[in-house]
Amino acid sequence: MAIERSESDELRIGVFVCYCGLNISGTVDCEAVAEYAQGLKDVVAASTNRYTCSEPGQQEIKNDIKEHNLNRVVVASCSPRMHEPTFRVACQEAGLNPYLLEMVNLREHCSWVHIHEPEKATEKAKDMVRMGVSRARFLQPQIEKEVPVARSTMVIGGGIAGIQASLDLANAGYQVYLIEKKPSIGGVMAQIDKTFPTMDCSI
Amino acid sequence: MTDVGRHPRIELMTLSEVADVQGYIGNFRVKVLRKARYVDEKECTACGDCIDICPVIKPNEFDLGLSTRRAIYQPFPQAVPAAFALNMEECLGNNPIACGKCLEKCEKECIDYDMQDEEVEIKVGTIIVATGMDVYDPTELDEFGYTRFENVITSLEFERLINSGGPTEGHLIRPTDWQLPKRVAFIQCIGSRSEKRGNPYCSNVCCMNTIKDSLLIKDHWPEVEIKVFYMDIRAFGKGFEDLYKRSKANGVMYIRGIPGDIREDPETKNLILLAEDSNSGKVVEHEADMVILSIGLIPSAENSLIRQLLTLSRTSDGFFMEAHPKLQPVDAPTKGVFFAGCAESPKDIKDSVTQASAAASRANILMSAGKFTVEAITSLINEELCKACGVCARVCPYHAIEFDKEKKLPARVIEASCAGCGTCGAECAFDAVIMRHFTDQQILGQVEAILEENPQDKVVVFACNWCSYAGADFAGISRLQYPSSIRIIRTMCSGRVDENFVLHAFKLGAPVVLVSGCHFADCHYINANRWTQKRVEKLWDKLEKKGIRPERLQLEWISAAEGLKFAKVMKEMEELRQGVTLEEIEYTRKEL
Repeated sequence: MAIERSESDELRIGVFVCYCGLNISGTVDCEAVAEYAQGLKDVVAASTNRYTCSEPGQQEIKNDIKEHNLNRVVVASCSPRMHEPTFRVACQEAGLNPYLLEMVNLREHCSWVHIHEPEKATEKAKDMVRMGVSRARFLQPQIEKEVPVARSTMVIGGGIAGIQASLDLANAGYQVYLIEKKPSIGGVMAQIDKTFPTMDCSI
Repeated sequence: MTDVGRHPRIELMTLSEVADVQGYIGNFRVKVLRKARYVDEKECTACGDCIDICPVIKPNEFDLGLSTRRAIYQPFPQAVPAAFALNMEECLGNNPIACGKCLEKCEKECIDYDMQDEEVEIKVGTIIVATGMDVYDPTELDEFGYTRFENVITSLEFERLINSGGPTEGHLIRPTDWQLPKRVAFIQCIGSRSEKRGNPYCSNVCCMNTIKDSLLIKDHWPEVEIKVFYMDIRAFGKGFEDLYKRSKANGVMYIRGIPGDIREDPETKNLILLAEDSNSGKVVEHEADMVILSIGLIPSAENSLIRQLLTLSRTSDGFFMEAHPKLQPVDAPTKGVFFAGCAESPKDIKDSVTQASAAASRANILMSAGKFTVEAITSLINEELCKACGVCARVCPYHAIEFDKEKKLPARVIEASCAGCGTCGAECAFDAVIMRHFTDQQILGQVEAILEENPQDKVVVFACNWCSYAGADFAGISRLQYPSSIRIIRTMCSGRVDENFVLHAFKLGAPVVLVSGCHFADCHYINANRWTQKRVEKLWDKLEKKGIRPERLQLEWISAAEGLKFAKVMKEMEELRQGVTLEEIEYTRKEL
């Protein structure tokens, strides 16, 4: 269960800079970025990892949360659209509310788009980490809400795909509403004579 | 198909359309418009007595107009439900004096001219979008003469001609003389893989469909000469190469080159094709009795309404965009919605079935769990600061904020309905809205961090999570290079970008600020980005009044698929930044 910290707690931020193999470290000097992060206000731990998303990489985050009593985590790696769920779980497993994680997108927004400018990319990466740390200072723990999911589904379209999905879900025990615009299901498939690769009838 | 009709847990609603969708994952409330069939679906036994007597003759859509049907009809013999349907726009009978023959003839009294359309409300936990596709209309490709020359037909028309249930009972004939064509030519990639006309993408199924068609002809009429004109034959699936080889072994000729022109012999109605064989480099004339245009697939016309109702997006090809092209290929960006079949991209039957089962499985995971955890990105009202002005409720695209104007009670957010765009937070003049996980403090913290050092060298970019930020990700994945002065701040929606965020950035010395979001029709929060535009327009006025060049604040709509556009816009922002002088920046700081 997540441990919640009050706003008055002293900020203890950990920064984890990912190499992503050569995807980030091929352009950005990750060691320099971590060193820079170490010097930022409220940052108590900064390190690099070859693959932060790997099991050992995540373990390092968990260890550091405990060892340094971190209450904010900044992972400077790839897009949050990719790995935010991964690192949120890692935080949660170490007893930190998952909303106390901030991601800095060094890969998609820096190393990959400034491949030929390693120095400028490294400077930008430092800026981006500073932005991440700055936002992390204001992060608050959040409690997620659970909503019920009704055991029924609507399938829009009665072609082969709609038919298959409807049958699968109905056979799994759910109520299915199959909506078809035309007077009959079948779709384009029903208009086709034989079908490849089996060369048998479509209907 | 018949399994669907008799399954106890499937309620089949034909002649029906989705009229409205409210709610969210696990709890969608859907209004379905069931149009009147004018025939009792349960009682009709499809005996056909009514057809025999109906005097109205119309083209049969199922046979693409190659046969006729009556105003009361069954679309095809295996239709599910089997019950007939009456097209009231064509029927003469709503006035019994005019006709009413079917009504008299039907012994079971299934026909009801007064049947009404009805609106049904259903509650569902998940939605599967299987809206399929349409086929490309090749009329615009004038050189192939479709509709000018009768013996030029489409591949779908061919399917009806060779189908035993079709208008010719499966006898292949050509339209002009109803004789078996001795020489048939197929032309591939009609409307596909073309940058100029039709569509740039490969339609996936046409190569194999033609190979199959060539074998069907050869099986029945081995003497028919078949030539296939192609760019590339894409026979990549399991068992596909075998079929291709079988077709060639059966004597089907494959010629690499698309004819540039088709002429018709006015007497014989034969067709003369002029094509360069790119393997030999020779331009050769070919004569054929019939030409079959292998037409591509296009997004279904139904998609635009469904897209709006479910707040979905399209990729550049016009088909629906998945949550992730590789890792969530059947999930829609809207939670609880999944794709099956050609709605997402052109695909063959096997792939459609595979994806449908995958979509069903994804929906099953949600429904068997019975509950879903929603991200805690919703807004809250600080009741002490709220002045009960009602602006937040007015701008909320989800009607998720309640407030009582009479009693002047503070606004209240219905958390389950709030999708987290943050427009309320940006519009509230009293800072009474707390947009959780994207608070003013958090975002301003980022703005300050960007501009702490050398602000004159940086461009502040606000990018919405679903489109512009994803477009920036796509630019990265595609390794598109752009200037390193760009600093991106993520918000869930461009609607979240508060006037103060922009002004604060200028005050701290930002030369250029860009606000970017989804294209209007693609907004993930219905229409929250309309408020973005209004706000930016207001800011432009404000800047101008203060003597600050409004061009320094830019607004762009960039979709998740537009990595190229993202990189291009970033280059433009850098050019703009270079044109901003230090004096200008200093003036702005003082003025704000």
